[in-house]
Amino acid sequence: MVTDDQEYGMYNSHSEFDTPEDTTKGQFLTFAVEDEVYGVEISSIKEIISICEITKVPLTEAHIKGIINLRGEIIPVIDIRARFLKPDVEYDDLTCIVVVEYARYSLGLIVDRVNEVMHIDDENILMPPNAKLSHHNQYIRNIGKSGDNVILLLDLDKLLETEH
Amino acid sequence: MADFDRDAMLEMFTFEMTLLLEQLEQNIIQGETGYTMSEINEIFRIMHTIKGSASMMLFDSISTCSHAIEDLFFYLREHNPENVDYSTLTDIVLAGMDFVRNEIAKISHGEKPDGDGSDIIATIKEFLNHLKGGSSSDTDSSSATVSDAVPVKKSSSESRVMNKFNALIRFQDGCEMENVRAYTLVHNLGDDITQVTHSPMDLVSEEAIEPIRANGFELSFSSVLTYDEIKEMLERTIYLDSLALTMASPDASAVAEQEAAEVPQDAAIAAADASSAVSSDNDPKSIDTAKMVAANPSMEDANKKSSAQKVISVNVSKLDQLLNLMGELVISEAMVTQNPELESLELESFHKEARQLRKIINEIQDNVMSMRMIPLSTTFFKMHRIVRDMCKQLSKDIKLDVIGEETEVDKNITEHIADPIMHIIRNSIDHGIEMPQDRVAKGKPEKGTVLLEAKNAGGDVLIIIKDDGKGLDRDKIMTKAKNAGLLRKPESEYTDKEINSFIFLPGFSTNAQVTSYSGRGVGMDVVNNNLEVIGGSVIVDSVPGEGTTFTLKIPLTLAIIEGMTILMGGAKYTIPIVSIKQSFKAKNEDIFTDPDGNEMIKVRGEVYNVVRLCDVFGIDNAIRDLEEGIMIMLENGDQTVCLFADELVGEQQVVVKTLSKYIGKVRGISGCTLLGNGDISLIIDVGGFFDK
Repeated sequence: MVTDDQEYGMYNSHSEFDTPEDTTKGQFLTFAVEDEVYGVEISSIKEIISICEITKVPLTEAHIKGIINLRGEIIPVIDIRARFLKPDVEYDDLTCIVVVEYARYSLGLIVDRVNEVMHIDDENILMPPNAKLSHHNQYIRNIGKSGDNVILLLDLDKLLETEH
Repeated sequence: MADFDRDAMLEMFTFEMTLLLEQLEQNIIQGETGYTMSEINEIFRIMHTIKGSASMMLFDSISTCSHAIEDLFFYLREHNPENVDYSTLTDIVLAGMDFVRNEIAKISHGEKPDGDGSDIIATIKEFLNHLKGGSSSDTDSSSATVSDAVPVKKSSSESRVMNKFNALIRFQDGCEMENVRAYTLVHNLGDDITQVTHSPMDLVSEEAIEPIRANGFELSFSSVLTYDEIKEMLERTIYLDSLALTMASPDASAVAEQEAAEVPQDAAIAAADASSAVSSDNDPKSIDTAKMVAANPSMEDANKKSSAQKVISVNVSKLDQLLNLMGELVISEAMVTQNPELESLELESFHKEARQLRKIINEIQDNVMSMRMIPLSTTFFKMHRIVRDMCKQLSKDIKLDVIGEETEVDKNITEHIADPIMHIIRNSIDHGIEMPQDRVAKGKPEKGTVLLEAKNAGGDVLIIIKDDGKGLDRDKIMTKAKNAGLLRKPESEYTDKEINSFIFLPGFSTNAQVTSYSGRGVGMDVVNNNLEVIGGSVIVDSVPGEGTTFTLKIPLTLAIIEGMTILMGGAKYTIPIVSIKQSFKAKNEDIFTDPDGNEMIKVRGEVYNVVRLCDVFGIDNAIRDLEEGIMIMLENGDQTVCLFADELVGEQQVVVKTLSKYIGKVRGISGCTLLGNGDISLIIDVGGFFDK
């Protein structure tokens, strides 16, 4: 168990407090962006809200969509589409903001739709293919399997890295 | 003393002590050139309170030390001796205070206050004896040296008018150990109060608790103090619930024995019916008090409480929480009153009530915001002590001028700026200001001046520390920087500002000798580090031979500003009102463009650059026609530009919030704020348009 923690628990800021029996362990929130399904360990997730008005902040990196007011707290939001260099789409009723806790501050991730919370056993979590054919899997830490479906488990550290 | 409330009492005790010591320090330093009577009274009162609280909490080291100082000021107050060496007096009192402070620090760290104050007490006594020896008229100075536990005390100054007082004291419900509280009260009455009798008589046995709880604690005594003084003193009693104080007829020439005989009578009357007061009473105040007690005891209680405690301390995190909740309240109010389901309905009274609700919410919001703000005065006045101590040690003559100490900043900010200010002042005194004889030789006034000023400017808070000393030694700093290998470009290319900023590097000191104040190169480093934490900056300007000016620029973070909200391409922005000189509609004939494409505008004979905010921020759906939008003339220091925006929305007070750390610094934006309807508005950093 301990080794697993080290294996993919690094982006989980709470991991050091988790007991091995922690109920959030192995639980992932899955969401879709374009045709792919991604997963983030639920212990990093604070809440999910439906898309709301976003205030643009000028002169910032393209994937930073702006800031939102979450009950008095100012939270920057990042469009995962823009981060993955996918074309923009109109936000609709299914568009959600997943609020994650990252490095002691909150961030919102805009996703096309949120699917479910699912459990993925350790043996179903695989390393991404190691052939360095392209650098497009740079944000993916692991690949989870659930039945016939594949879930790309995100590396929040890399996803949220900024250029400054 | 029971353990159950000891922690809470300790916390309260250390908090009160710290406040008192701060106040005392201010009084003492102000009085260094000679105390006025009211200052002496004030100091005496503070020392008395410290002594009382400390002995109640059984901290002997504090109470004996403060008792000695109290004696000293008692003597000053009663005999008003001439030719007092105030400077030595101040030294002694400050030393005593430091001792007390040290002990309190120990207590708050959970250690035992075991310091030995006997040296200090001996010095104080010696000084007092010296004073007494100096004024020959002093005969009855046996006064006020021992606070004995015997209830009936000997009168110390019989020549003054004696008044008799009756007091009925009730302690708060559940304060426990009423007999001990009463005993402490009697014990702490001080030396001005004599012929004390009380009911119940025996306070040591626990049998006294019940009668005190049921009937209150009755106290009668004689004193030279006035009604108000006595009242104030009694109101300081811990866990006091209500106090009914009456003054019997003044009795100027009374002999002690006679009085002693009368006292039990009075006590009996008071015991029989406290609310009807003493029949021979001729003091209107006591009648009022008695009537009030009879008519409405609960109201009396409320009045007493509010006058006893006007300020409470609150944990800052609770205030943070309150501020966040406030934000939620504002948003849900907007969601309710602007609910789309209401749109089709005719709701006349609903809208009226909703307006009232919004008004109240706005008022709460203003209050919540202002609660977090505290003036800089506490931080500033602490500097008087530093200046004084350093002057003594370095034999310099320097006065500290303080301006704008009423400027308010957020609580978090004051915590971070006290150290930087202190280090800069130390630096100015130690390195900047010359010795008096050198100053005279240079044709400067003998007394050096350090100016400490705070002001709101362009939405920032500026703290300026300016001395009239010799200024920074450019060559010395340069040599030192060169030796330390800090230069990154040819020597000749460094500007004065860049050279000056070397002094903020860790370990950088041009002082060859390490003094007790500076030379280790640590202080200035602290300045930079602390300011970085709150996102501030420091600029040094120095004129050789004339002095150095440090300007600390503290960002808006969490501060409240008056803002003008403007509209730009559908988004709202806020400009700090202090930066706005005027706003006006531009006319095409006043606008011209230079060959580089820079637009300029002529206003009353002066020409200013036009900055199109939409171009700076890359907003594409804003108004382009200069005649259609609005020009806002902005000022930053001595520079002025005209900012072009779509339209003005209105003026309001806003709480500044930082953009998330994730976004970092954005040029031209200093933060953001939540508008009343929950929308976010970015705050424009006017300074950002100027330093390109």
